[in-house]
Amino acid sequence: MGKTKSFWLTALSIVICLIHILPFYILITTSFKAADDLSSKWILPGYLYLDNFVNAWREADLASAFKNNIIVTVLSVVLIVAVGSIAAYPLARRQTGWNKFIYGLFVSALIVPPLTILVPLYKYMVNIGGMNTYWGIILLHVTFSLPMTIFLYTGFISTIPRELDEASMIDGAGRFSLFYRIILPLLKPITATVIILTGVGVWNDYQFSVFFLQKPELHTFTVALSSFFGMYTSQINWVAAGSLIGALPMIVIYLFLQRYFITGLSSGAVKG
Amino acid sequence: MRPLGASYEQLPVRSGYFKRLVRGGSLLNLLYVPALILFIVFIFYPFLKGVQISFTNWDGYNQNYKWIGFSNYARMMDDPDMARVLKNTVIYGVGSTVLQNLIGLLYALFLNTSIRTRGVVRTIIYLPVIVSALIMGYIWYFFFQYDGGAINDILKLFQDQPSNLLGDPKSNVWIITFVNTYQYLGIAMVLFLAGLQSIPKDYYEAATIDGAGAFSRFARVTWPLLAPSFTVSMVLNLIGGLKLFDVITAMTNSGPGYASASLSTMMYLLYFGREDAGYAATIGVLMFVIITIVSLTALVLLRRREVTA
Repeated sequence: MGKTKSFWLTALSIVICLIHILPFYILITTSFKAADDLSSKWILPGYLYLDNFVNAWREADLASAFKNNIIVTVLSVVLIVAVGSIAAYPLARRQTGWNKFIYGLFVSALIVPPLTILVPLYKYMVNIGGMNTYWGIILLHVTFSLPMTIFLYTGFISTIPRELDEASMIDGAGRFSLFYRIILPLLKPITATVIILTGVGVWNDYQFSVFFLQKPELHTFTVALSSFFGMYTSQINWVAAGSLIGALPMIVIYLFLQRYFITGLSSGAVKG
Repeated sequence: MRPLGASYEQLPVRSGYFKRLVRGGSLLNLLYVPALILFIVFIFYPFLKGVQISFTNWDGYNQNYKWIGFSNYARMMDDPDMARVLKNTVIYGVGSTVLQNLIGLLYALFLNTSIRTRGVVRTIIYLPVIVSALIMGYIWYFFFQYDGGAINDILKLFQDQPSNLLGDPKSNVWIITFVNTYQYLGIAMVLFLAGLQSIPKDYYEAATIDGAGAFSRFARVTWPLLAPSFTVSMVLNLIGGLKLFDVITAMTNSGPGYASASLSTMMYLLYFGREDAGYAATIGVLMFVIITIVSLTALVLLRRREVTA
């Protein structure tokens, strides 16, 4: 590649980056400005003003929101991995007509948006006492994450040679111990993908949380921010500060794990 | 020794009925029972209930409601807001899909060249994917808001009055489509990059030797071999756009009126705002039917044009 061409491509890539980073820039300038600062959002504040963050943290009770987010996300992800990985094993290894039907059933739910059954689900959750409970929202997250999880695990297990199973069975391992001793350790890379994909989904969820966690002390941060936005539309700087606080944890995690984020998505979805 | 390729069923069984079941593998099916129970309890049963509720006049709270046949469906046909909401839903679905795939493909082709900055570019374009859609909606709200919005700061250099971009039904639907595109562009880009990297280099060399130029290399090699990436990306984006909810709620709350509503936000407002659960369930059924038909059709059509490398 010629030096000039390379220069222009690099210049183009910088322009693309600047365009894509712009929304975050506007978020930052807004969240650091005092309410009486009427300068344009394009201009950086010439001072360091942290009251928006203090107010947003206190008024929207973000401390409790983060606690709820951590509890719901950690428990959901643990259950998703446990239930999803064991379900995929027989579906990948015993491809009887019946099991193919069950697999089709699980995967077809990828197409069904949870929102389409919101009305009956809400009524049902009220009936079984799952409203405003951790277990209620966790079971919903687990159920609706299972299609993708089973799809990824089944695809991955199919690529593990069957000879491995057979060899260890001849050595006297039962089917179930075989799964835990031989298969499970091999599932690490796809498990990392599942944890990241479903973890991000559950952490950022708004649709389920706003319906099923209505008590203020159970609000997750998206719900806390949305009610905050409703109350303080005039205090846009507080909302900006709250949004920045809400977005930061995932951004930091992403910057550390980005390799897994991207390879997991591409290998799981394109090749699986 | 066991003959190579023999299945588990032919392995010697030591003793007992239980052991035979375990060896044969039918007991293994127990492993998906927990998942199946969750499915039946939280998806299938509520789905059937939803269809049932769509034939009632339930308000969402009262225990006394009655069966009203197809009235909700007839009401849906006559609903003056319906045309607008359906049109918006199609714009969100099709508009985001076209934009995300077009721009995502261009970015992937660009980043597949050997420029030094490609790691940084990929990181930055993918970044919005992991930020909550609700927060992304608020961030873009700061751009488009009427009073003190970043876009209006620029527009005011050319006109006297700021533009009410989010309040104008002509522009807000497209702004929301654009925001959804910006947020999930990274997924399309990554899927295309994965597809590009799985195309063997010798195909390009062979094509070059045969005298193919850059354009015909793209049309004859890249385009057909990218088909699997297209299938996944198109279907994911279609489903994502057709069920769009968080961004609309954050930016316009479906307003003004239903001007920027999608089927999903309309259903939400009917249930929680107007205590019209029977009708909301009917919208849910319609949404399910539309998304299933559209995504299955896309899946079948796109799978048909896939070739293997």
